[in-house]
Amino acid sequence: MLELDQLVMDFGQFRAVNGCSFRVDKGSITGLIGPNGAGKTTLFNLIAGAFHPTGGRIRFLGEDVTGLASHQLFHKGLVRTFQIPHEFHKLTTLENLMMVPPSQPGESLFSNWFAWGRVSAAERDVERQAYETLEFLELTHVAHDPAGNLSGGQKKLLELGRTMMTDAKLVLLDEPAAGVNRTLLRKLETKIAILNKERGYTFILIEHDMEMIEKLCAPVICMAEGRVLIQGDFETVRSDPQVLEAYLGETTGAAA
Amino acid sequence: MEFLGLVNYALFTAIFIAIYALLALGLNIQWGFAGLFNAGIAGFFAVGAYTSAILTTPVDDGRLGGFDLPFVFGWIGAMLAAALVAWPIGKICLRFRSDYLAIASIGVAEIIRLVIKSEEVLTNGARGINAIPRPAGDIGYTESQIAYLVIVLAVLIAAYVLVERQFNAPWGRMMRAIRDNEDAAKAIGKDVEFRRLEAFIFGSALMGLGGALFAHFNRSITPEAIDPMVATFLVWIMLILGGSGNNRGAILGAAVVWIIWSVSEIATDRLPHEYAIQAKYIRLFLIGLMLQLVLRFRPEGLLPEPLRGDLRGSRRTTKSGTDPD
Repeated sequence: MLELDQLVMDFGQFRAVNGCSFRVDKGSITGLIGPNGAGKTTLFNLIAGAFHPTGGRIRFLGEDVTGLASHQLFHKGLVRTFQIPHEFHKLTTLENLMMVPPSQPGESLFSNWFAWGRVSAAERDVERQAYETLEFLELTHVAHDPAGNLSGGQKKLLELGRTMMTDAKLVLLDEPAAGVNRTLLRKLETKIAILNKERGYTFILIEHDMEMIEKLCAPVICMAEGRVLIQGDFETVRSDPQVLEAYLGETTGAAA
Repeated sequence: MEFLGLVNYALFTAIFIAIYALLALGLNIQWGFAGLFNAGIAGFFAVGAYTSAILTTPVDDGRLGGFDLPFVFGWIGAMLAAALVAWPIGKICLRFRSDYLAIASIGVAEIIRLVIKSEEVLTNGARGINAIPRPAGDIGYTESQIAYLVIVLAVLIAAYVLVERQFNAPWGRMMRAIRDNEDAAKAIGKDVEFRRLEAFIFGSALMGLGGALFAHFNRSITPEAIDPMVATFLVWIMLILGGSGNNRGAILGAAVVWIIWSVSEIATDRLPHEYAIQAKYIRLFLIGLMLQLVLRFRPEGLLPEPLRGDLRGSRRTTKSGTDPD
């Protein structure tokens, strides 16, 4: 479904991603782990089109998508969430979801003036879908609150909810568990598993919570210093000496 | 005759408020909803004013046109011309972050002013364009003022309804989302650059229309009228005071600020002559002070941006219980 071929990303002198190659199969939940500064989020930004890679190719659904912009990739079915929640703070929670579906008739100035019937009909559908999503996420009680007032964990759920408002094929989740309490975390795991099984979403998951990785992810990829260190099932990756070294050597690595 | 004088003054004030309200609505599209810091309102105002003047005045050998068209064509032309000018400017300047856009747009407005002032073949230069026909302008003075007020109000109401429709539609929701978080909007498939350009052009067209209404009211337009103080910054204060993100706020702000502005002129005119000239500059200071006070004590303005639940507002949903709970 997704193939990365020798991806490289430079920020000035600093090489954040250094020849990353791997592939993600349809229907899988791939876990991406690695010490801080390993280049995981940068890699996400490359895949999602937020950054333009210095070198290498990205293929998505058999098509070369290297260099396409975020909004173009979204229309191909690639959706990402953010490590730090990126809610629209002055919009209500409901509106945050309602604005996600692509190509709504009401996004055209012309339709809003001259084809209001069509716009209203589409809005009703979107609204119903948004309420269903809120119910799934158990956020219905905050539907009309400004999203900026939600708690950190609720914002994380909202990020996940966005991916449900469109026909996503590949979803990139950047630390969905960070800052989320244990109860909510278990809930989040269940939601991700349901989306994977019932909706057929393929996931790539960056996460530091090893329990979550162990429960959900196969395969697991460990990155360090911009490279793929090892790919395999959770047990193989966890017991690999290179991985241990990458994590334990983190302080010296960060200081260098 | 004192009474008639008051009536005439009220009419004059009301017409000005309506014209400024159009400018504030245009700015609300750009700043209130799309977060675009346009500090070049005077430029689009000027393009609209001159376009309509050229299109509707009788033939003049000294400059471009006039084309002697009915005023409606002049006003439509003004909107189109302002939109056409906004397109390349937006295409280039909208890449900047907000504060840089402000600087760039001040520069653009100044360029437009200088072109108008120096290109005699186009705009008759510093002498400006006179004899701009005013709709219903050849009846008595007061009657003609009333007629023009009615026309201007009709235009304002139409503009308000059309803009408000967009704000309540998914288009407005998308614009507010882009304003709140550009990266997230991109990540969920919104073409941020294109949408910003759309809002910039839309707002500028309304500013052009405001310029045209002013030119026909004044019956003449000169480069003097393109003063950034009264055509750009006064509009900003109107929007901020009234409540950016709220169309009714924009209109209310136009009324409040214009009344303060014009009453302060009456006050300074009553001062002895030697102070009157100096006191004019105090008015500028007062406007700046007003902006500071609003930003300090009520940054959301008199009518803050409403929180919109869905298309029909959250009132309906709570009443009829759309909540699945």
